[in-house]
Amino acid sequence: MDMETLLAYDWGIMAPEFTIIIVATLLSLMDLFLPNHFPRKWFSAFAAMAVLLAFVFTIGQLGQEANMILYDTYRLDLFATSFKLLLLIGAGLVLSLAASYQRKQDQGEFYYLLLTALLGAMMMASSADLITLFVGLELLSIASYILVGLDKHALKSNESAMKYVINGGISTAITLFGFSYLYGLTGSTQLTTISEILPSLIRTPAQGLVIMAFIMTFVGLAFKISTVPFHMWTPDVYEGAPIPVTAFLSIVSKAAGFIIILRVFLTLFGALEGLSLNETFMQSMSLWIGVLAAITMVLGNILALRQHNMKRLFAYSSVAHAGYLLVPLVALSTLTLENIWFYLLVYMFMTAGGLAVIFVLYEKHGTLDLEMFTGLYKRSPALAILMTIFLLSLAGIPGTAGFIGKLNIILGALSTDPAPIILVSIMIAATVLSYVFYFGILVQIYFRSNPFPVTIKLPIVMKTTLWICAIAIVGLGIFPNIALDFYHHHVDLFQITEMLWLSE
Amino acid sequence: MGWLTLLVFSPMVGILLLILVPSTQDKLQKRIAVSCSILPLLLALIVYQQFHSGANLSLSIPWISFGQYPFLYTIEYDLGVSGFSLVLIILTAVLMVVSMVTATMQIDKAWKQYALLTLLLEIGILGVFASQNLILFFIFFELTLVPMFLLIGRWGGFEKERAAYSYLLYNGVGSAILLIVMVVLFANVGSTNYEAIANASLSEELSMGLLIALLLAFGVKLPIVPLHTWMVRVHVQAPPALVMIHAGVLLKIGAYGLMQFGIGFFPAAFQDVAPLLAILGLVNLLYGACIAFVQKELRSIFAYSSISHMGIVLLGIAAMNEAGLQGAMFQTVSHGLIAALVFFLIGVLKAKTDTTHMRRLGGLSRTMPVTAGVLLAVGLASLGLPGMSGFVSEFMTFLGIFESMPVIAAIGTIGIILTAAYILRAIMDITFGKEVLPQDGVMDLQGKEWIPVSIMLGLIVLIGVFPTSLTHSIQTSVEAIVLRIGG
Repeated sequence: MDMETLLAYDWGIMAPEFTIIIVATLLSLMDLFLPNHFPRKWFSAFAAMAVLLAFVFTIGQLGQEANMILYDTYRLDLFATSFKLLLLIGAGLVLSLAASYQRKQDQGEFYYLLLTALLGAMMMASSADLITLFVGLELLSIASYILVGLDKHALKSNESAMKYVINGGISTAITLFGFSYLYGLTGSTQLTTISEILPSLIRTPAQGLVIMAFIMTFVGLAFKISTVPFHMWTPDVYEGAPIPVTAFLSIVSKAAGFIIILRVFLTLFGALEGLSLNETFMQSMSLWIGVLAAITMVLGNILALRQHNMKRLFAYSSVAHAGYLLVPLVALSTLTLENIWFYLLVYMFMTAGGLAVIFVLYEKHGTLDLEMFTGLYKRSPALAILMTIFLLSLAGIPGTAGFIGKLNIILGALSTDPAPIILVSIMIAATVLSYVFYFGILVQIYFRSNPFPVTIKLPIVMKTTLWICAIAIVGLGIFPNIALDFYHHHVDLFQITEMLWLSE
Repeated sequence: MGWLTLLVFSPMVGILLLILVPSTQDKLQKRIAVSCSILPLLLALIVYQQFHSGANLSLSIPWISFGQYPFLYTIEYDLGVSGFSLVLIILTAVLMVVSMVTATMQIDKAWKQYALLTLLLEIGILGVFASQNLILFFIFFELTLVPMFLLIGRWGGFEKERAAYSYLLYNGVGSAILLIVMVVLFANVGSTNYEAIANASLSEELSMGLLIALLLAFGVKLPIVPLHTWMVRVHVQAPPALVMIHAGVLLKIGAYGLMQFGIGFFPAAFQDVAPLLAILGLVNLLYGACIAFVQKELRSIFAYSSISHMGIVLLGIAAMNEAGLQGAMFQTVSHGLIAALVFFLIGVLKAKTDTTHMRRLGGLSRTMPVTAGVLLAVGLASLGLPGMSGFVSEFMTFLGIFESMPVIAAIGTIGIILTAAYILRAIMDITFGKEVLPQDGVMDLQGKEWIPVSIMLGLIVLIGVFPTSLTHSIQTSVEAIVLRIGG
């Protein structure tokens, strides 16, 4: 590759990534060279500015023609842009949470590790090649492993980092194993090339290997979104990690997981002929994914019923939500991307909000037990009402965005033919089951008397974050078209269907 | 905007005012709550007047759209009323005022929150009856869930949290089933507007399946035995002022849903299910009456009495003819008033004597003559004494059911006798039984307490004596339904 080729690329389309990487590098250098007494808290402002700038760049990219650079390994299309916006919003929320986090030592590494992980996630959204995809995935994963163990002196944090690395390593190995099948079968790592060769393998003896590749890749990637069978790490890691990192895992990392799954599976298998006539490969596999989705939803909610530790409860709730998010993937339609996009957006706000409240109460009372909410309404009515909004949204009660997200998914699923009625019924049943523990928290907030006679004062950044989340949830719950129209206007369905070969 | 939107969201005024006034000013808070609950009633009366002067009240604005052209689903914000739903709206508004007045006397702790939640509940209920669109209906329907949960769980009796949870779970399951029905209809018809669905042609199996799901969903709400346990718990545990609304209107959503959606959407399939529904109604009627007969506690008696009376509604619906439907609608309204008044009286007794146990209330006629008298009056209305609203409802219902299912009707008459038996026994025991209450210290109805009593008793007698006051409104709804079932 000579200079001329390098300069010929339209580097402008990587502007958001460049912003993030430059600021991450700057921050790491500053951390090295700045004197020890310089408060690293200021890094959060730099990081937030980087995220904001990248957000602005990404907005500017909306509506652009699809473009590929770097020997067709990096692809910028509306899929990438729309999901990068989500990642950036999520990262912004995590940063604002982190801004009020009081560590024992002032650590600068949090911010540049976070940006690095974000960069990995953004690369995944844009990758058009298995190698780029994998590099993005590992960038995200390795940065997250360190983030989880960031509280060096906390035993729990160390333990969960260890668990995360081991589980993550296994899942990465399995993903890579799946990728190796794909490469072995087609001789290419290019997603488009693979998708062109794969159809010739169906209904030949190599078909079994294609299925193997599919299952291995899926199982490996299931780790990131914490669905069954790779959900076991979730509660332990969520519990051990510092709260902003927990938020990062459940918001950005999970979204990234869905992005990579959509990218790989829809590009490679979306239009692939199925095992029997008149169906696509994804439809042939839908029973399998459907079963995983169902188990994930039910298990996540059942296990959440027994949790008293709030971080663990949110971990299982996050497992359950991953199950809901798999439903659109089972029932592929033109609504699939919209469904997942919207639900992820909503999920970010409600989880960030919920974890923020937990964070505030944890700082105040030093406990993560359910009893932290006891009598919250008496102590801080505003915080209680905010938490109520987040919980109602997580439970999917109308009036909140969580409901619209679920309705959207259910509608999308039932508009396909044949409609997965059983799966949708399981989803709805799981939702009702989840009422028990979400409303259990409300019981603590409103019905029980107050054991902590302290009043709570919120830092201004925290207050703003909470209100933004709540307003977003109620706003999108009553006028979901604010987000949906944005998606409709900027994301050209035809380009997406073209990319995913959904157009038949 | 339209009158209906104003009406549905008018309790917001109260909510905002209550938020602005600090909770230390208890008196002012109570005054605001009561006067703000009158506002929806005024608007409801305006809507009533407009409706009868033939004004077009319905309204439809595109609200949420999913997917992109040409795969577009749009949910409209559709409001509108029929004669029957309008009557229920007025019932809601009236009971809300009455319940709010009652609450000022009975709710001591955290009045502000209580009033806020009740007003929120009112938005939900009004919205349910004013929706012309399934998804909108569902949203309002679920909106009632959260305030009810909090109200029962916070202000209820000894086992309040358990009652709150069973309320939440049973109704959650009910609405989950409803959600499936809704979305299946949406995916099949492409709209959730009532009219659009009613005019859509669905396959026979699909209609049958959806109808059975609907029966389950509204069966929980109504409630149909054996889905009734939550309702008894709520009746016994929730504060009486809230039970007035719960028994008075919330249960009616089930009946309304069965008529509006069950018959409205699937008239042919409904014809096939009607015998089953009649049997269920019979079970409700007899089971409720029998259990009520052996209860020793007033709230339980009237909880089971509600179940029994809902059986009559079911029978009326199952009759599938003009008289039966009219009876069912009459019973819906009449039971709303009667139950509300009964639970008002129970609240009064609870507040003044600190018991609702029959054995400890004996000889009431001596200590609280007026209360005992009103209790007797409402008891008589409940068992269907001519001249009271209960009579018209039962008469019409049985007229209808005798026409279409004589055997079931004949068995059903046993229910009427049982009703008379348990109500008279309960009231006799209380009013004239062995005197146990101390003469002094217990005070009879006074001051503000007259407001709810006179309003409700007045309406009960009014409907009993001039049934036309109600038929006037519901006749169009009855005719519309009868037209659909081709009778």
